[in-house]
Amino acid sequence: MSKSPEVKLVNVPSPNFVPEKDLGKPLVLEAAHLGIDFGGLVAVDEFNIGIGATEICGLIGPNGAGKTTIFNLLTKVYEPTRGTIMLGGKDTHNMTPSQVNQMGIARTFQNIRLFDKLTVEENVKIGLHNHIGYHTLAGVFRLPNYWKEEKKDHEKALELLDIFGMADLANVTADSLPYGAQRRLEIVRALATGPKLLLLDEPAAGMNPSETEELMNNIRKIRDEFQIAVLLIEHDMNLVMGICESIVVLNFGRIIAKGTPSQIQGNPQVIEAYLGTHRG
Amino acid sequence: MKKFSKASTASKKAFLNYGIVIAFFVIFQSLVSTGNITSALKGQLIPIACYMIMAVSLNLVVGISGELSLGHAGFMSVGAFTAVIVSSAMAGSSDKGSLIVSIIVGALIAAIAGFLIGIPVLRLNGDYLAIVTLAFGEIIKNILNCLYVGIDEKGVHFAFNNPAALAMSAEGKVIINGPMGAVGIRKISTFAAAIILLLIILIIIQNLVNSRTGRAIMAIRDNRIAAESMGLSPMKYKMLAFTVSAAMAGAAGAVYALNYSTLVPKKFDFNTSILVLVFVVLGGIGNMTGSLLAAGVLVVLPELLRKFSDYRMLVYAIVLILVMLVTNNEKLKGKIDTFFKKLRMKISKGGRK
Repeated sequence: MSKSPEVKLVNVPSPNFVPEKDLGKPLVLEAAHLGIDFGGLVAVDEFNIGIGATEICGLIGPNGAGKTTIFNLLTKVYEPTRGTIMLGGKDTHNMTPSQVNQMGIARTFQNIRLFDKLTVEENVKIGLHNHIGYHTLAGVFRLPNYWKEEKKDHEKALELLDIFGMADLANVTADSLPYGAQRRLEIVRALATGPKLLLLDEPAAGMNPSETEELMNNIRKIRDEFQIAVLLIEHDMNLVMGICESIVVLNFGRIIAKGTPSQIQGNPQVIEAYLGTHRG
Repeated sequence: MKKFSKASTASKKAFLNYGIVIAFFVIFQSLVSTGNITSALKGQLIPIACYMIMAVSLNLVVGISGELSLGHAGFMSVGAFTAVIVSSAMAGSSDKGSLIVSIIVGALIAAIAGFLIGIPVLRLNGDYLAIVTLAFGEIIKNILNCLYVGIDEKGVHFAFNNPAALAMSAEGKVIINGPMGAVGIRKISTFAAAIILLLIILIIIQNLVNSRTGRAIMAIRDNRIAAESMGLSPMKYKMLAFTVSAAMAGAAGAVYALNYSTLVPKKFDFNTSILVLVFVVLGGIGNMTGSLLAAGVLVVLPELLRKFSDYRMLVYAIVLILVMLVTNNEKLKGKIDTFFKKLRMKISKGGRK
């Protein structure tokens, strides 16, 4: 009997925590030892996170802490220098942003990135792109499939816009929308791709308190209706403490605290990161 | 109601373009049949239609896909010389059949050239892409400058840089003679065929733009990063637009070439690429109607200005500058818009009374 070859033993993702309701369901996203260097600068290091199936998780930290960099790593805009990202149990190594999207991550951007010259409805239809079932040639020759699918597409787009009460703006070009509406449209567009995990980069930026309140309700509504997980970056603490079930605090590219909102609020390290040390 | 009006604006615009092309055909065809046309202008009809095809197909790349391509004439020349070879090889067949096959093969070979050139070029963007397309346009021209093609009873012979290498039998005939270009081309293009081709290409482009694929191409143009994060593959859609555009330029080249008895590769140099780009820019980037009109007017204009002989190019330049000033003037645009709005209101009020 020949001896079986010796296998290399590798670390598996460290134990994460999820809300009790998501216990037993597979994690949507699991990142372990994630890190990226820009030249000599270590932008993110040892980032570990696990997100439950219907969890709303907040990612907070002072400016420049690396929050958006983490979004860019998770969506493969940047290829990580270290660590692994598991999406629904699959390693995303060497995947492109569009492949990762098809695997179930959709995102919004801190500096709004809409398709400016297209209408609101067309923006949402781009999100639906991979769910529309007709070939390019069917479009060129206007085959029956084109009309059928375009009609379905149109109805679906309006239905999604209706979540945020934007259906009546369907024919307006995206760049003529007011700021708050542009942010909402980005969320609808991301939602249209049919994600399992929605990444929101400062969704409440530039919104007034009543708009923020409405946004909070809408994020909860989306989560409950579509049964998806949400990971959001936000500086508005009312929003973060109001809707997040768990919070990860980042400073200088490293996690300094993880836990429920009340745990985070009382964490001395977090207070230090935001307010500085108390000098006697 | 609102939805309906939006959907119909896109198709209204499309049908306006078909209308323009058909009107153009009817007017000039009747002028030709009644003999009320100068022979110089009559000879320009097929080139005008070809340049219209060139303009709308370049608009697909520049306006819809948002990439500045400066080598469009290169694809036209690929189609043109392919068509010359195909039509010569089909010497025994009917004119109509040869023309159709020549156009199809010309478009196919140009599409292959577009695809191959697109692989390196579309990895670049902005000015870099423009420069490299310019270079490839020149490369194609220079390759054709060195190409010798002959035909005899054994078939078609190719040689590069050395006419003696054709090794043809005594009855052999040279059809492409290096820098001297193609000679003895079968003149089988007709105005009607050129117009039909233009209509087909307009239908393809406009249906493409108003479909799932066209939306994807425009989304990538507007914001590449966002489009990627929505699950679109930028390379795939840019390549599609570039290849389709090259194929159409090839088809235009085929019709163009089969309108002349001789044709030199130098005809498809950088100047021709820029000329087509001028049609697109002047007509409005992304605006197919504009491309059609600009191509039509700017091909005819030098002909009409022949009376002014020496000042011809001067007037041409002034017209170009004036059109650009007028079409890019926001104030003027606003005034024209309000004028039309008032006019429309008056008409609708009058209608109600």
